[in-house]
Amino acid sequence: MDLVPLPSQTVGPFFHLGCTETQSVSRLAGPNARGERVRLTVRVLDGDGCLVNDAMIEIWQANAEGKYHHPDDPQDKAIDPDFRGFGRLATDDKGTCVFETIKPGRVPGNAGGLQAPHLNVSIFGRGILQRLPTRIYFVAEAANSEDPILALVPEERRNTLMAHSDLHHTGHWHFDVHLSGKDETVFFDV
Amino acid sequence: MIKITPYRRHDPNSQPTFLYPAYQATLRRAPRKPLIVLAHTLSEITGPVYGYDDIAETDSDLTRQHAGEPLGERIILMGRVLDDGSRPVPHTLVEIWQANAAGRYCHQTDNHPAPRDPNFTGAGRTLTDASGCYQFVTIKPGAYPWSNHDNAWRPAHIHFSLFGPAFATRLVTQMYFPGDPLFPYDPIFQSIPDEKARQRLISKFDPEVTKPGWALGFRFDIILRGREATPFEE
Repeated sequence: MDLVPLPSQTVGPFFHLGCTETQSVSRLAGPNARGERVRLTVRVLDGDGCLVNDAMIEIWQANAEGKYHHPDDPQDKAIDPDFRGFGRLATDDKGTCVFETIKPGRVPGNAGGLQAPHLNVSIFGRGILQRLPTRIYFVAEAANSEDPILALVPEERRNTLMAHSDLHHTGHWHFDVHLSGKDETVFFDV
Repeated sequence: MIKITPYRRHDPNSQPTFLYPAYQATLRRAPRKPLIVLAHTLSEITGPVYGYDDIAETDSDLTRQHAGEPLGERIILMGRVLDDGSRPVPHTLVEIWQANAAGRYCHQTDNHPAPRDPNFTGAGRTLTDASGCYQFVTIKPGAYPWSNHDNAWRPAHIHFSLFGPAFATRLVTQMYFPGDPLFPYDPIFQSIPDEKARQRLISKFDPEVTKPGWALGFRFDIILRGREATPFEE
């Protein structure tokens, strides 16, 4: 290594101008994308439990077969032409944004096993000097018990990484991000 | 089994801390628990291939996006996107946004009582070429006040957003201008512990980029994380 990567700085309060006014992506899955439909509502709260109305959420995920739309994914699985796997939205005045996606398939871990279905998430905002990476898993998914990344997380905090399904609306899921406080979400050093 | 060549870890001193009390918004928004270190999997070494097919020519010239020319000092901003092993990062998206010459953003929630400029939106995007080079034409943004502390002013800056090749290489940062007297007073700039790392966010005036009779030139190279030399297989 002969150069040092640049430092991060906050995205600030006016990122909408460059990132989400014309370049937001709420629909990750097109009409013909394969897989179980997920309408995911993400809500962001600060350490006092107040809604954060100026955060930016990005999602990166595999398709329904567990294949990333990326040249460095060597798996012999098909790309889904109607699914790129990237989403990006600003939160609204209720601290919320809604993505239309599908439940990803399982992708390999590093020790030969498989990871549970998950979304890779970055959270940006005023007062957030480096993006906060986290993951969204699906509660009650059998594969969660075998996931090598969840296994790194103390059991009492794993629930902070779970999206919960809406009992009244099939396919609707909710995920709260607590930036700090007693329910602080698990963030990863990637 | 899949071989993963992970991206190198940051030197922590080269990155801002999450909690930096002088920047007050971090008090309610910074996590207090340590982040959990995650060895890279396929999820971290892949990332969005995004926005590659819909970039217009005027997206990289912020002075030609409206009927008239914006007010302010016209500048050319040029640089290379490289990884930490000096390898170019080709065909990668670079997004920028900034205040106008008077220090006001084209955004409904910016209520700084400085003039708006109907000829300036302040947002641009481009792709690096095969050798990792990018260029924007814009105007120099103004400094502006904010409410962090008494008489707080942000140094003039341009926001940068890059994806690079992977989820692990995502970078959002700010580029500053040489010789700004506000650096010692700005907690966002000062949140980076290492002085040398802070200096890397300051662009350099470059007479060779400067075009006679037309615009000053500044150079700003963007270094992203590179990969370890060898893959690991568990």
